Amino acid sequence: MNIRPDPTFHASPKLAMEAPPESFAYTVLLSPDSSKPDALAVIDVNPNSQSYSQVVHTVTMPNKGDEFHHFGWNACSSSLSPLTGHAFLERRYLIIPGMRSSRIYIVDTKPDPTKAAIHKIIEPEEIFKKTGYSRPHTVHCGPEGIYVSTLGGGGKNGTDGPPGVFMMDCETFEVLGRWEIDRGPQTMHYDFWWNLPRDYMVTSEWGLPPQFENGIVPEDLLSNKYGHHIHFWDLRARRNVQTIDLGANHQMGLEVRPAHDPVREYGFLGTVVDTTNLEGSIWTWWREGGKFHAEKTATIPPEAAPKEQLPPLLQGFGAVPPLVTDIDLSMDDKFLYVACWGTGEMRQYDVRDPRKPKLAGSVHIGGITRRTPHPNGKAFGGGPQMVEISRDGKRVYWTNSLYSTWDNQFYPDGVPGAMVMANAKPDGGLDLARDYWVNFPDGYRSHQVRLDGGDCSTDSFCYPSV
Amino acid sequence: MSAADWTPAWLWLAVIASGLYHGVNPGMGWPLAVSAGLMEKSPRALVAALWPLTAGHLLAMLLVILPFALLVAVVEWQRTIQIGASLLVIAFGLYRLANRRHPRVLARISPAQLGLWSFAVALAHGAALMLVPIYLGLCRETELDSGHQAAGTLINANLGMAVLVAIVHAAAMVAAGGCCAWLAYRYLGLKFISQSWFNLDTTWAVSLILVGAIALALNVA
Repeated sequence: MNIRPDPTFHASPKLAMEAPPESFAYTVLLSPDSSKPDALAVIDVNPNSQSYSQVVHTVTMPNKGDEFHHFGWNACSSSLSPLTGHAFLERRYLIIPGMRSSRIYIVDTKPDPTKAAIHKIIEPEEIFKKTGYSRPHTVHCGPEGIYVSTLGGGGKNGTDGPPGVFMMDCETFEVLGRWEIDRGPQTMHYDFWWNLPRDYMVTSEWGLPPQFENGIVPEDLLSNKYGHHIHFWDLRARRNVQTIDLGANHQMGLEVRPAHDPVREYGFLGTVVDTTNLEGSIWTWWREGGKFHAEKTATIPPEAAPKEQLPPLLQGFGAVPPLVTDIDLSMDDKFLYVACWGTGEMRQYDVRDPRKPKLAGSVHIGGITRRTPHPNGKAFGGGPQMVEISRDGKRVYWTNSLYSTWDNQFYPDGVPGAMVMANAKPDGGLDLARDYWVNFPDGYRSHQVRLDGGDCSTDSFCYPSV
Repeated sequence: MSAADWTPAWLWLAVIASGLYHGVNPGMGWPLAVSAGLMEKSPRALVAALWPLTAGHLLAMLLVILPFALLVAVVEWQRTIQIGASLLVIAFGLYRLANRRHPRVLARISPAQLGLWSFAVALAHGAALMLVPIYLGLCRETELDSGHQAAGTLINANLGMAVLVAIVHAAAMVAAGGCCAWLAYRYLGLKFISQSWFNLDTTWAVSLILVGAIALALNVA
């Protein structure tokens, strides 16, 4: 416990932007064939350092087959909420769930990120027993401790009961139990986030474990059986207050990105694919008069491609869908970054008018048929996937792998782990940094990125940017 | 110092001082008033948030002091009650020292329920309990005058004193907290929130033990 709040806790998004830039990035590494244990890579991102853009430390796990996907901090700026009384926690531990094993690793990043080490391991049985959930996914630090979303319910297939969110103690990392008290019509889960002073949570849907663990199920996709709802909850009452159906053709609404400034009551959601025309889309949701609303505010068309260049899954369509698999909103709420994993494009939208996103920048890299190389000449397998923005909004980092079995379907040639960075201009525009290219150990794929001191998909704020 | 030197003036000063101490402590809620003001972009919202915070604190004080106000009527046990209350405050302070966990139930309260939050936090942190030895010290004086009066009058007098102590304390608390909130909102900016936020958990627990110990010493002396 500190005497003063952790210096990386910021009262408002504006103060977070003014804080010193990141020095280290943490990226989870996945062994796609489970031949090796998954790992956490620590990357030097200080441009003045000799080891810039290199892996400077690796924490290798003791088990195989965890399938790392998303992860998060034990504590963040939300600890400065005057209601919670957690102001003296440290942003110190990374909570890394194994999506396939349902095991959770707690990694201690202090006293130095290059000495990060496993602090505690929570075995799957404890999670099953205490929550009835499986396949832990998104991790957020919040008012009652650590919140972890899950993609599976109980039983071997994860289909005994719906998945949801469970809570962990933010000091002992003890699994406390389910978060939901009244889930309403919610039966699937993917991402979640919230507005703390306005006291609501928003959750999205991917699919149930049989729909993703062995790869995408084309029949389920074409019959619109993946998730297409967005749920709104009373955060403290833990109660579903509203559910909006995006339309069954809008398959897989994934990342939920609320405006960082808590005075703004809107946010975004990306949907992976429209089964009627293969489009990807961006949705804006907002609260007005106590009710939530959502509408499609941007679409990204598929790109025609000759059959012989396509993986078997797409050959019948003669086109590459953009596959919007991740979105991220800059700390000033001005730019929304949209990863088009299929077409190999990172888009930057100006969302200052949140219901009228305007394309402001774009770079191509990778892609199913384009296969655009990096400006440094190196091949980039897969496409832009998990994206993370520096707090000051000037640097945008991303990796290239989605999920082991899905990677194999869309990119049968493999997705060697890569992480790149683009410089963002203040008024819009993106340029890939030539000198930023991370070499990961052979046989690993790279997934989500976290920046030390917080990033644009970690912290929640209790005070507006004034 | 003997009990006789512990004059009502000093005790009232202690009621006010503890109110100021609770008020400036961010844990008792002034940053919530800043948040309310900034979220609504209005100083009125800041002031409006101070009312439920004060009401909650006041109610917690009353809830804890009133049973003692009734007990004080049992004149012949007064010393026992004083010693018991001192030990209770010391024990709670020790418990706060040993158990550093923040009650999770506080995090379940919605930001819209400021009064309830303030009430719960004042109870959970022992803010209300801290006032009991000071209050009982003030009752000692009434005992001298009204020791032979009918029990009914005595109860009324002590209830009146309990309410007065709670109100004076809460007024001092809102004055100090309101000043902090206003300064942060108007002049010092949001950075002040994290800069002024010291971990008072240990100080708080020690304060409880100290108040209990002083009261105990005065009674045993």
